[in-house]
Amino acid sequence: MEQTYAIEMLNITKRFPGIIANDNISLQLKKGEIHALLGENGAGKSTLMSVLFGLYQPEEGTIKKDGKEVKINNPNDANDLGIGMVHQHFKLVECFSVLDNIILGVEPNKAGFLQKSEARKKVMELSDRYNLQIDPDALIEDITVGMQQRTEILKMLYRDNEILIFDEPTAVLTPQEIKELMQIMRNLAAEGKSILFISHKLAEIMEVADRCSVLRKGKYVGTVETANTTMEELSALMVGRNVSFHVDKKESTPGKEILSIENMTVASKLHKNNAVRNVSLKVRAGEIVCIAGIDGNGQTEFVHGLTGLEPLAGGKITLCGEDITKATIRQRSLKGMSHIPEDRHKHGLVLDYTLEDNLVLQRYFEPEFTDKAGFLKRKNIREYAEKLIGEFDVRSGQGPSTIVRSMSGGNQQKAIIARELDKDPELLVAVQPTRGLDVGAIEFIHKQLIAQRDAGKAVLLVSLELDEVMDVPDRILVMYEGEIVGEFDPKKTTQEELGLYMSGAKRM
Amino acid sequence: MKKILKNSGVQSFLASLVCIILGMLIGYIVLLIIEPSGAGEAIVAVAKNFLGYSKKSMQMKYLGNTLTKTAPLLMCSLSIIFAYKVGLFNIGAAGQYVIGSCACLYGALVLHLSWIPCMLLAAVAGGIFGAVTGILKAYCNVNEVISGIMLNWIGLYFTNMVLVQAKDAASAYTYALKSGGKAAILPSLGLKSVFGKNQYVGIAIPLAILFALIVWVVLEKTKLGYELKATGFNKHAAKYCGMAEKRNIILSLVCSGILAGLAGSFMYQTDMEQWQVTIASVPAMGFNGIAAAFLGGLNPIGAIFSSFFIQHITDGGSHVDLNVYCAQISELISALIIYLCGFVGFMKYVMDSRLKKAEEKAMENSNTEASDKQVPDAETNEKGGNK
Repeated sequence: MEQTYAIEMLNITKRFPGIIANDNISLQLKKGEIHALLGENGAGKSTLMSVLFGLYQPEEGTIKKDGKEVKINNPNDANDLGIGMVHQHFKLVECFSVLDNIILGVEPNKAGFLQKSEARKKVMELSDRYNLQIDPDALIEDITVGMQQRTEILKMLYRDNEILIFDEPTAVLTPQEIKELMQIMRNLAAEGKSILFISHKLAEIMEVADRCSVLRKGKYVGTVETANTTMEELSALMVGRNVSFHVDKKESTPGKEILSIENMTVASKLHKNNAVRNVSLKVRAGEIVCIAGIDGNGQTEFVHGLTGLEPLAGGKITLCGEDITKATIRQRSLKGMSHIPEDRHKHGLVLDYTLEDNLVLQRYFEPEFTDKAGFLKRKNIREYAEKLIGEFDVRSGQGPSTIVRSMSGGNQQKAIIARELDKDPELLVAVQPTRGLDVGAIEFIHKQLIAQRDAGKAVLLVSLELDEVMDVPDRILVMYEGEIVGEFDPKKTTQEELGLYMSGAKRM
Repeated sequence: MKKILKNSGVQSFLASLVCIILGMLIGYIVLLIIEPSGAGEAIVAVAKNFLGYSKKSMQMKYLGNTLTKTAPLLMCSLSIIFAYKVGLFNIGAAGQYVIGSCACLYGALVLHLSWIPCMLLAAVAGGIFGAVTGILKAYCNVNEVISGIMLNWIGLYFTNMVLVQAKDAASAYTYALKSGGKAAILPSLGLKSVFGKNQYVGIAIPLAILFALIVWVVLEKTKLGYELKATGFNKHAAKYCGMAEKRNIILSLVCSGILAGLAGSFMYQTDMEQWQVTIASVPAMGFNGIAAAFLGGLNPIGAIFSSFFIQHITDGGSHVDLNVYCAQISELISALIIYLCGFVGFMKYVMDSRLKKAEEKAMENSNTEASDKQVPDAETNEKGGNK
């Protein structure tokens, strides 16, 4: 008997000028299954989902729902067919409550007057049924990322969507929240919802998905049952070669002290308390120190205090023997501090500038790029940009003159890393440098961090990814509620032990 | 052909042209509604402006008038553009223009200074007004539009109050410079004879064009422009890489204020008009600068032409036959056209999305052809895909 699928995309081809984003791709989603869609950045996952969502029209191919061919011209059609999506960057109105966001666009009303109590009842029912804990009256801007995501999921459920697309849902979550999400996805599938799970985190796919389809460079590579495969096989399918998961590195040989922080306290912008309390730590040349912890435990404020984006409420920072507590951002940068920021779109790049202009963002004022009269030396900037693009393999449409907004996330991050490393810093502060990147790019970035260490630089890594925390650094410091609660040797600890400290169950 | 159409500069130009034509059309319709018989004649008169005179010397003379008033308008639109590139909407340009006018007239009629010091006074006054807005924005996060509008009124009444010292009790107007402050009249540089003995034409015109070039060079070629635009695009990134983003905000509004202040000098130091101390509304010059800036595609060079056009239309309005239409009609028609000029951004968006759609269609067609022919095209496409 022929299997009926919840949704089928058959032989989809979508071309853009100069590029085939999807080349004859087929994807079949069974009812009640969790189907992972795996591929590197730029493999065509987003395009395929946009086709399914009616944002793009494919040149070739058909889409079938429950075996019947359908035409999806716009997101409203998709919604009518019961297709819902949680985007990687949430589409929520910050200053609205959770409930208002859920009913946005389908508000129940009588003669134009909102009937919120009805909506509230339905939302609370759904929330109970799928164990999605929310506070319907909290404002989006006040709640955690995890709760925002649950709001997005409830949005789909409220619209009675049957096919749920999760676009890299774990990129923004803490390990605990990821666990919760996995459970939620399993519950949803058990209730008969069909889930399409876009990710490039192999461990998660192995854990939660039933089947996995792999795309590479716009082409369909194959579909495998996760029960019959391994992570190594999946990654080989994804990148077309074998990737080592383990980070190879020599023993570290720490040298002189580069960074010393004494009793740093930073006030929080969100609430009245101090987000960072009395943190003291040292980083020496030739070692990678990692600050691990669950998102929102003061890491962001700590980094802002260290790099000068926010003033300190108390404490002292010394860089290479010099007191930089009161130094400006530019002074810190000139004294040898490089900073790979947490949010590359907000802080790291001027998205509407060209690639070359972004590559000189930390150095444009140097005599090499600006003459005495204050004119930019365009020729030097171009040459410098071409050099960095070559060295760090930053790929883009039009080379140095590409507008950065049009580049893929991985290449944007590479551009930032190229810029920050080429400054030849004494101290590299890297905050979640691999966030949202694919395996290939992560491998590249880890190698760069270790190369910095081996070149005798001090590296301070702030990470939420436990794999990264275990593999890359030479020392681990765990931050919980703004305090350092433990120090570990990655060779002598386990993820479980770290988890106890990260969640506040134990402290030294 | 397609390539030309996709060029952003060409698109801006075409969008501006479409807006102008639409504005004229709507103006014509309004004239038709009021009084059909004179409508055609009237709209032609508006469009022709100085060309409506038959004698060559008269044409040149009235062209001179238009150019003389174009100079301050251009300065105002440069002021808007400069702030806009840093992400600020300097609606306070109108007030900076007023306070600039005040300063130069005070210098000329009360202090009896010569033209250069008067001009500098205007620049300083405009700069101070810009600085107030900038400091409020940078340190107290006061929206520059709100503080700009408030300062417009403060500037207006302050000017009315101060310039009472520079007029006869019987008149509402300040003294003409030629009687009260001859030294402050801007030199003509011999342009007077070129433009049919029009004594108002002078150095202000080339100076304004020079300023347009300077603004362009500063924004596009210098470190300062790089910093200012980076701050405008993403102030978080500007802060992250150590640019003094607060200083940049203040600096750009000061520069913007200086440009608008000089506009006041370029207007009143020609002695073409005198300040009316009973005036109860902020002069339109600063606001027209906004229209000129957008019509010129927010490009300093484009602003030269758009400013001239807007002044051309404004002056043209005065040629409408007042036996057929009431006196306000001239202002109404030019206002309509200027209003439509504000739609350039929208027009550009419409054109761009149309073009993209057409392109996608063409792609589809060529692809079906290509798949008939198969191999070669598909291969080139693939290479592009792997880049």
